[in-house]
Amino acid sequence: MSVPTFDQVKVGDELPALKLPRVTRTTLALFAGASGDHNPVHIDLDFAKAAGMPDVFAHGMLPMAYLGRFLTNWAPQTQLRQYAVRFSAITPIGAKLTCGGKVVEKLERNGERVVKLEIGVVDDKGELKLSGDALVALK
Amino acid sequence: MIDTKHIGRQLATTFFEVEKGRLRFFAKATGETRPEYIDEAAAKAAGYRSLPVPPTFLMGADLDAGIMFTLLDELGVPIGNILHGEQSFTYHAQVCAGDVLKVESRIADIYHKKGGALEFIVKDSVITDLNGVKVMEARSVIVARNPKEKSA
Repeated sequence: MSVPTFDQVKVGDELPALKLPRVTRTTLALFAGASGDHNPVHIDLDFAKAAGMPDVFAHGMLPMAYLGRFLTNWAPQTQLRQYAVRFSAITPIGAKLTCGGKVVEKLERNGERVVKLEIGVVDDKGELKLSGDALVALK
Repeated sequence: MIDTKHIGRQLATTFFEVEKGRLRFFAKATGETRPEYIDEAAAKAAGYRSLPVPPTFLMGADLDAGIMFTLLDELGVPIGNILHGEQSFTYHAQVCAGDVLKVESRIADIYHKKGGALEFIVKDSVITDLNGVKVMEARSVIVARNPKEKSA
């Protein structure tokens, strides 16, 4: 991985997209255990239906974890200063997600050179699942 | 409706030990295959003390201790009715396997929209290591759907 430098990066630069395999029930079972979020609405169809949902659906933190991978693919995690998202739609079973983002600002913050990224996750129909921003320090 | 008297309430302080096996499980569950997240020698070669904690992993510190779910139960919010509204993390230091962390959380806000059909619980957490160094701050916004309360 070649780490971008502050001078190389321009406002408007797109980060390399991260395409994920389809979300399956196995994905959610593994993520429930690994993340510690055992809410049965994500893993137990009977429970989800009783709660008024047509099926189980992904933990919001799953696409946020994918988006975290996307960020640390671009620059090492030790350079990540802030990462914030707003969830806008449920991710159902079968969703095929893509993480993307671009540089929107270059700034100095706490004596460091930092870029602000606008980031998000969409499915293959173009529906936005979550969006937000990140601050990454660059040398 | 959730009683707003809970705003400002400090929740139980808990501790979380970062385990290598859990980190490898998290890597598997999120499709992470880069060696520094799985193999300790590769992590050290990349400059980490041990396997690094990925950006969103420390949600597990809250979840393992049941901080939010215990609170929801106490507030009478069914967990089948909640959605994650927003999540943010501010990073102050890299956390790695072997670290033991202290988690202190408080309810920062409670509010509602759409005539009570949606209620929002905002929880702020500060995570410090055992030397008292602040490593991360987190904010979670949980949305409770109230099917009975419809907007006018």
